[in-house]
Amino acid sequence: MYKDLEDTARQIRIDIIKMLEKAGSGHPGGSLSAVEIVTALYFKEMNIDPKNPNWADRDRFVLSKGHGAPVLYAALARKGYFPKKELNNLRRINSMLQGHPDMKSTPGIDMTTGSLGQGIAAANGMALAGKIDNKDYRVYALIGDGEAQEGIVWEAAMFASHYKLDNITVFLDHNGLQIDGFNKDVMNIEPIGDKFKAFGWHVIDIDGHSFEQIFNAIDEAKNTKGKPTIIIAKTIKGKGVSFMENQVGWHGKAPSKEEAEKAIEELGGIING
Amino acid sequence: MANMIATREAYGEALKELGGKNKDIVVLDADLSGSTKTAIFAKAYPDRFFNVGIAEQNLMATAAGLATTGKIPFASTFAVFATGRAFEIVRTSICYPKLNVKIAATHAGLTVGEDGATHQALEDLSLMRSLPNMVVLSPADAVEAKQCVYKAVEHIGPVYIRLGRSKVPVIFDEDYKFEIGKGVKLREGEDITLIATGVMVAKALSAAEILAEEGISARVINMSTIKPIDKDIIIKAAKETKGIVTIEEHTIIGGLGSAVSEVVSQESPTYVERIGTMDTFGESGDGESLLEKYGLNEQNIIKKAKKILSK
Repeated sequence: MYKDLEDTARQIRIDIIKMLEKAGSGHPGGSLSAVEIVTALYFKEMNIDPKNPNWADRDRFVLSKGHGAPVLYAALARKGYFPKKELNNLRRINSMLQGHPDMKSTPGIDMTTGSLGQGIAAANGMALAGKIDNKDYRVYALIGDGEAQEGIVWEAAMFASHYKLDNITVFLDHNGLQIDGFNKDVMNIEPIGDKFKAFGWHVIDIDGHSFEQIFNAIDEAKNTKGKPTIIIAKTIKGKGVSFMENQVGWHGKAPSKEEAEKAIEELGGIING
Repeated sequence: MANMIATREAYGEALKELGGKNKDIVVLDADLSGSTKTAIFAKAYPDRFFNVGIAEQNLMATAAGLATTGKIPFASTFAVFATGRAFEIVRTSICYPKLNVKIAATHAGLTVGEDGATHQALEDLSLMRSLPNMVVLSPADAVEAKQCVYKAVEHIGPVYIRLGRSKVPVIFDEDYKFEIGKGVKLREGEDITLIATGVMVAKALSAAEILAEEGISARVINMSTIKPIDKDIIIKAAKETKGIVTIEEHTIIGGLGSAVSEVVSQESPTYVERIGTMDTFGESGDGESLLEKYGLNEQNIIKKAKKILSK
């Protein structure tokens, strides 16, 4: 049913591996876990125009977990916001692709992020502006599960429900891992859904790698009036590359040439394609 | 006795005036709207006022998001929270993307008074001055504070406006024209230059009066833009007078005194004496007594001026 999107997601995974291998640093694990969410938004859901990235009435996307920049860059390039060859310059000096998203450098980036927790609050600001102006654009934000440990996330959670921001939908990329290990060992965030529910949010649990579940949840969010929605997307860190899956070591380490070749082969791609 | 008005009062009035002219202005506060005077705007334009509760980090990041859509958010709280508590949000979500957020921070300096050290921002200018893209304003009186708000709206990019709690003498006429980046010479003088900012400008003027009675001619400059600093007026003072005394209701580390010293050390070396808090926290007390205790008074200005002149 989602054959085209599945193929796009696979290509984006290959792009992520290639760009991180070239850059020699970056975050593969949390980029790969968010591929289906980002693909669903950019290639089907969001009302956007790559030729007019700053169109005032566009839907917005804020990658609050800014270290997942590679998945966003891959999607934006494939969508036509900038030439795909720019992906080769990730994290290099004078590049338009900074290590973490910079709205002033890269067309299509709606908010500068990278310091955890701030993006969800900024997304609220965009949603609030939509309410003030009676615009019907929607705002999407993607936060990490480790990120939910930041205090500002809860300040923002309180704000969104207080001001009834039903035009914001947050995805929580729940891959269970953060830099120092499993969430449950570093600082347990569970029961994360109950916490958001207690803060006045509509909470939906899904498999974050299922397009069907992602789109059903987005529809449910759109039909939920008077409160913000969070979609808690169970994902696998490093999804799609066997040796990266659920491995804490692949949070912030680039693959070597050999590892990249192996990963791309697994993803069914052509190594020099 | 001059008319006495707190700069925060002028801020609230300016917001209300501007709110009617510019529908993009949105005001955010963190549960201090009565104290910061944003309540004046809230009453006039309730649809464009948002209280974020006691959550200063969220205050700044939400303002950043609003600014991405073309709104001109004014984020207000006490200076110590706006700059210190929310520093990294201001840095990363506002200054790095150069978003059009105006931070109006009240209750700066020792003159907060009885609340004591926890609430007396003595390092906000240093913090804000260190941030790329940030314009830092420190008005001397209510007239100038109002103008700072008007100019902040015209300027595209982040602006920090430092405001006080206490009533301060009105120095400027209603037709005074403030410009971002321009120091203003308030009194001619050939012997020594007093460069002051914020509530200390009035003290510098009265110190100059006393010096004049003793035959010392002191130039007085109001430096209401801390960044970008007016280099020309500083260099001219360095060349035309024997030295400079800087006066700020702020630590001597990183604020006006540092900014002036940086300019003269590179462009026209001269003696600079810095008056401010001397690497110390404040304490509880009434504002005027605190200014006295920490040397933010006419006597100390006179002492430092004479110290330079005796060299």
